[in-house]
Amino acid sequence: MTLLTALARVAAAETGRAQPTKTRRHLHLSARPLVLIPLQLAGEACAPLAVMAGEDRAKPLQLTVYEPRDRARRFEFAAGLAETVLGYIDGYAGADPADGEPYPDAPQLLVPNAGAAAFTRMLGRSTRFRQVTGEYAVPAAVPLLGRWLSYFGERTEVTGSALLTPLTAALADHWATGQSAMEDANLAALLGWIDPPDGMTGLEAARAAEDPVRCPPAGPVTDPSFDNEVLDHLVRVVRNATAAGDEVALARAQAAMDAALRSQLEPTWELMWRAVDLLRALPEAASVPERWKSDRWSFTNQVGWLREGGAPQPRRDGAVAAARRLARLEREQQRLAVQRAYDDPLVMAEYRLTGEAFAGTVTAADPARLDTSGKRTTLRPVIVVETADEVVLEPGAILRSPDRPAQDARVMTVTVTERRTEVTLELKGGMGRAKVAPPGSMPEPGDEVTFTTLRDDFQPAAAFPEREDTPWTHGGPPQEYVPTDDDAREDWS
Amino acid sequence: MSPGPRPPVQARLDQLRGRALPVNHNARTISALAANPGCARRALMDAAGVDKQQVAGHAGFPAPFGQSQFAIARGNAFEAQVKEGGAAQLLTLLREHLGLDVGQAHYHDLNDVGGSESAQVRHHRTRNLLTSASADPSTGTMFDHPLLRLAVGGRHAYLEPDLIALHHRGRFHVVEIKSFAIIDGQADPAKVAAAAIQSAVYVHALRELLGGDPDRVHHETVLVAPRDFSSQPAAATVDVRKQLTVLHRQLERIASVESLLDLYPAGLTFDLDPDPGGRPRRPPGELAAAIGQVSASYAPECLSACELCFLCRDEAAGTTGALGKSVREDLGGVERTGQVLGLARGTLPPSPEREEIAAQLTRGARLRAELLGTGLPGTEFLETGV
Repeated sequence: MTLLTALARVAAAETGRAQPTKTRRHLHLSARPLVLIPLQLAGEACAPLAVMAGEDRAKPLQLTVYEPRDRARRFEFAAGLAETVLGYIDGYAGADPADGEPYPDAPQLLVPNAGAAAFTRMLGRSTRFRQVTGEYAVPAAVPLLGRWLSYFGERTEVTGSALLTPLTAALADHWATGQSAMEDANLAALLGWIDPPDGMTGLEAARAAEDPVRCPPAGPVTDPSFDNEVLDHLVRVVRNATAAGDEVALARAQAAMDAALRSQLEPTWELMWRAVDLLRALPEAASVPERWKSDRWSFTNQVGWLREGGAPQPRRDGAVAAARRLARLEREQQRLAVQRAYDDPLVMAEYRLTGEAFAGTVTAADPARLDTSGKRTTLRPVIVVETADEVVLEPGAILRSPDRPAQDARVMTVTVTERRTEVTLELKGGMGRAKVAPPGSMPEPGDEVTFTTLRDDFQPAAAFPEREDTPWTHGGPPQEYVPTDDDAREDWS
Repeated sequence: MSPGPRPPVQARLDQLRGRALPVNHNARTISALAANPGCARRALMDAAGVDKQQVAGHAGFPAPFGQSQFAIARGNAFEAQVKEGGAAQLLTLLREHLGLDVGQAHYHDLNDVGGSESAQVRHHRTRNLLTSASADPSTGTMFDHPLLRLAVGGRHAYLEPDLIALHHRGRFHVVEIKSFAIIDGQADPAKVAAAAIQSAVYVHALRELLGGDPDRVHHETVLVAPRDFSSQPAAATVDVRKQLTVLHRQLERIASVESLLDLYPAGLTFDLDPDPGGRPRRPPGELAAAIGQVSASYAPECLSACELCFLCRDEAAGTTGALGKSVREDLGGVERTGQVLGLARGTLPPSPEREEIAAQLTRGARLRAELLGTGLPGTEFLETGV
């Protein structure tokens, strides 16, 4: 949280409507995402109850587990879900990509919230080790679904990845509401602030959205009073009909359970697509395609791994793999922060407020200035920028402009007058070999420019030992992970 | 100094509660209170045993909490399973996974037998048994549902934990049974944190019972929960030293109930004026006004911990704290959203200590107006004000 977003929250609370905190969409949004809303049985580690899924807003698919505590019914459910999810994924892994290129596009799973993302990953964990032969055989699609859901789940740890995206997080990243971050985890309340129905304030819409009868929770856990007053009874009716072997009664009971769960899922389904519309209306930020490309690469590699019969992901990372992953995540975190600031003037404003950046107008430029202090005379044009921002930079600081990321600008002098500050900058790089900087290669008088100390420079990856050289302090080399029959037999009760 | 109940205080607390039956403290309510020690409203209501859920509901702000029967059934089934046959499964688990060389186990069920025992009697029995076991380990190894006592705000609160205190090598270990799963050695961090603070409450209460000697009760507690996706139990040790330190400090900060009582008019009551059938007759507005007399300290975290949260949130509208502690901090501690905007617009002259944050807010507001342009909802004030 920063001062600017805090201020936006206050403005939202006072005006009764969410306030934008970004002017661009910093997230890839697929042209045809797969929306996935899982529900689970309360109190269980990973007992799926129902799911609503699909690529077509008009045709949601619903799957229900009529006996959520029955292991066999869960695998049937997993097989049914696999049909939808794997079918969707296969659509992106058709013809082999060109050499040195990833698949042209990748699948994108959209879920309501962080809980749904965690549940999706857990569903992957509970199915990926299953085997298709032997005593506990399951349909072939089940372990494959498990590997894919585990993959999507693990990918959420990668900063800037959009393969599996909880929409509450995506919305809360782009708008500030007049409520707390904790309350923003409720998709309906969050949308109430961003896009309240006619005649309602954001606050009123958010409060109405907290009523579980009017607005069933987006899951994965269902409303307790729904469990107690509706679901409990319906599960019993299904169980009794099964025990009695009464197929007509069973079909009726199952239809009733389907309908009850649809009433819990459908409102969220609508909200999900409204959220997609709102995000789509924002112009995409410039570096989004680059980040999506690394998602595409990751997807391409995963397809290759699975086609070669790749083993399921191990239960836990080894020490070296974990350290390597952490270092990569930290690097990417920094990189993403810089990209977002470069892409979006409203994000850059945060840095202008803290003095790490300034924006202003070029008042003078000397494109032919030469630096003769060294052995060789070099071209070092100078510009003067006038700004109303507070500048806390010292002479010698190296700056960048988002417009010309290949050009360094060194602060020569900072002159503070009554209301304005004048910064003189010496430019280097990105101007070719001519004696005078060619037009367009550097800012000209009258240009609006932004300069910042933020830079997205290449940082070499930290050196880590090979896995077979894992030091004894970290448990020594880990055993090669081989899935065992025990993994496949694991209880799911 | 004995914090024993003195009649006048008890009488006044009884009056606050009115005709309703008292609701007992438990580890969850104490940890919630300890998380927000500055909240006089909660401290007073809990001390008086007020049914906050009912009071909040009648005042027009029903609590957002409910528990699914499925979750309750699963929790009960798991607890019954590990405790079955003198806690046989639990004992095996503790021997195997924690390397405890527990030999012959003596299992004491300290549950309320006839339903007629007073808390005092049951607590007395617990204390006798635990004290003698502490002196002579052969008299007992495991204690199911002991009744502990803890001084909160200068008053005694009884705790009936779902726990088994295990006596091992002259020290007690608190064992907490939970029904959330430990998957691949990991469990939901929020749930583990909540379990740890509850265990810390029990460790603290158990130490008090045994004369305050920290060596008699181990700071390592044992969490027992289903393993992976099965119903087989797994055990993990949880070091609660940090939670104990926090708990100590917070319990000290909870103002004494007696001094809190002195702040409010003698006639104050949260009685619902039930008719013979138990239906509340008190006008909701009047009840809300009574609640409003006792000051609260609302933060969004209350939404997951306190039955009164919706009422307090409504009351806290217009404060920056209601938007989150970090929002309030980012805004330099300015209390009200109206003040923030006044400072940002320059219509509210800042006090000397607020000059710096006022300048920051003005610059922030100007930047937002500059970048979001005109016509966007909610930015009008920025253009007219700055």
